[in-house]
Amino acid sequence: MQAVVQEIVGQMGNEKAPLLQVLLAVQDASPRNYVSEEAVRAIARSMKVSRCRVYSTASFYTEISLKPRGRHLIRICGNAPCENAGRTAIMEAIQQELGIEAGETTADGLISLEKVSCLGSCYKSPAIKVDHQVYGNLTPEEAVAVIRSLREGGEQ
Amino acid sequence: MSMIDCQLVFNVENREYVDLDLYRSRGGYGALAKVLAADPRESVYVLKEAGLKGRGGASFPTGLKIEMVRSNQEQERYIIINADEGEPGTFKDRYIMTHLPFQLLEGVTIAAYLAGASRGILYVRHEYDEPRSVMRESIAQAKRAGLLGENILGSGFSLDIELFSGAGSYLCGEETALLSSIEGRKGRPQVKPPYPTQQGLWGKPTLINNVETLSNIPKIMEKGALWYRSLGTEDSPGTKLISLSGDIRFRGLVEVPFGASFRDIVYEYGGGPKPGRKVKAVNIGGASGVLIPEEMLDVPLEYGACARAGITIGSGAVFVLDDTRSILDNVSNRINFFLHESCGKCTPCREGLRQAQIIMEKLIAGQAVMKDVQNLERYTRVMQNASFCGLGQAAGNSVISSLHYYGEEYCSRCKDGEEDLYGEESA
Ligand SMILES: Cc1cc2nc3c(=O)[nH]c(=O)nc-3n(C[C@H](O)[C@H](O)[C@H](O)COP(=O)(O)O)c2cc1C
Ligand code: SF4
Ligand code: FES
Repeated sequence: MQAVVQEIVGQMGNEKAPLLQVLLAVQDASPRNYVSEEAVRAIARSMKVSRCRVYSTASFYTEISLKPRGRHLIRICGNAPCENAGRTAIMEAIQQELGIEAGETTADGLISLEKVSCLGSCYKSPAIKVDHQVYGNLTPEEAVAVIRSLREGGEQ
Repeated sequence: MSMIDCQLVFNVENREYVDLDLYRSRGGYGALAKVLAADPRESVYVLKEAGLKGRGGASFPTGLKIEMVRSNQEQERYIIINADEGEPGTFKDRYIMTHLPFQLLEGVTIAAYLAGASRGILYVRHEYDEPRSVMRESIAQAKRAGLLGENILGSGFSLDIELFSGAGSYLCGEETALLSSIEGRKGRPQVKPPYPTQQGLWGKPTLINNVETLSNIPKIMEKGALWYRSLGTEDSPGTKLISLSGDIRFRGLVEVPFGASFRDIVYEYGGGPKPGRKVKAVNIGGASGVLIPEEMLDVPLEYGACARAGITIGSGAVFVLDDTRSILDNVSNRINFFLHESCGKCTPCREGLRQAQIIMEKLIAGQAVMKDVQNLERYTRVMQNASFCGLGQAAGNSVISSLHYYGEEYCSRCKDGEEDLYGEESA
């Protein structure tokens, strides 16, 4: 872990590296999309800051997770344009398909489901984001199909 | 419409991606060459004459802001491009980054040159993977073409732009929170003054502008202040990108000259409500904006006229609710959003939103009484007046405007709702 973190921090300027950007890069490098306790310690050591400082920044941001998440992240927009366009039905269909609630991860560690703020895709509400890809104008059935293809791909 | 459109600033109608070659073949980067060869004071004067105002929400005059950074004694200065675009219902900066990246970069370079900044940070919200990768690639291309980096167009002026990512915080779009976030701290707002133009990033003078604001600059420098003023109105020159969403026929981005009415925006640009439906309310400016009824749509899109009518143009999001929608559900959705995004630093916002959420839930469940509605209004006013930053100050706009225009929906959900909303107790 220390080596991975040291490399990321080194690329970003060592002690002068921007902490939030380091946290994001470390999280991206983690297959479980989170910043572990070990990683926090490594970041603190590499950047010569206190662990408390690293935690303080990390815990402020919704997109930084200090707990393991799924290898794939499904984000469902919860703002008014998507809500009016039927995002609740999509959320329910996906919850049922995965057997988890928003904020949880499937038992096999494959998928986490999150309710997020506007994805800037309200011209195609309801919008969801699966890893780096935004899908819009979805029906609940289509949303479930997207999730199924993810599961099939993930189990290979 | 297309005849007019090609004379506007963004010309979004064809949803066209303009790459570097196409951009240059249409005169792109001509403005930068012109500015680099001219007296910077004159260029700043052109921007001030054009009357360009910030499109990020606060509508501060851009030329003046550049001048404030420029006139600072400190030579180490920064430019920050605010691409946090967190206001729900807004997707204009996303469009600019994915379709017109070089128009943005040219604007940034001109602004940086005029402000005397040689380091820039483009702060893109976390959710925007595609815009971020287009911008990363475009910055690299501009560098290779000598339009960014060392000694731009042989002028001796250099500018480096670094890409930063947000991490899912709406509040980080607020400029002082943005600075904290870039510096690696919690994205909480700071006391102003000092303003970022005086002491911004790492304590140095910093120009912070919105993506749309900066992307206006090349056209103004190319065609002049008079041309720019010929679009829009005396009060508000130029155009505004409007993000249309909700219950209308055409959702998407449109460019509207200032002075057009919201009726034009909803019915002409947006094609009006879906067949058989009526417009019930229009939400302007995203979650932090107001809800207005159909009768008010004749107000023109113009900073002055909107301020007088109690409308904040904000990011330019226009979200339509038709007659099947519940106002209370929509207001409640906003309160939940702000409660999630509030940083908790000050009491009026933190506690006011919590109370508002409780009351909205009671109302929706049919458990509230008129006294709750009065409390809701009172708490919201305190939040508007006493919150530390713009988030808390604006979070209640939808509550106050909907109480005003749709008071009967609140009353009708109250157990004792036959009474007048403003009974004896609120006198
Ligand atoms: C809660 C809050 C969120 C904001 N979010 C953004 C944003 O996402 N993008 C933006 O450009 N400005 C945002 N602003 C406005 C900025 O503080 C600042 O005024 C703006 O970036 C200045 O650029 P301009 O003069 O070009 O508008 C926000 C303000 C507040 C109070
Ligand atoms: S108004 Fe809200 S977001 Fe702003 S400082 Fe206070 S608690 Fe934080
Ligand atoms: S409101 Fe859902 S993408 Fe904007």
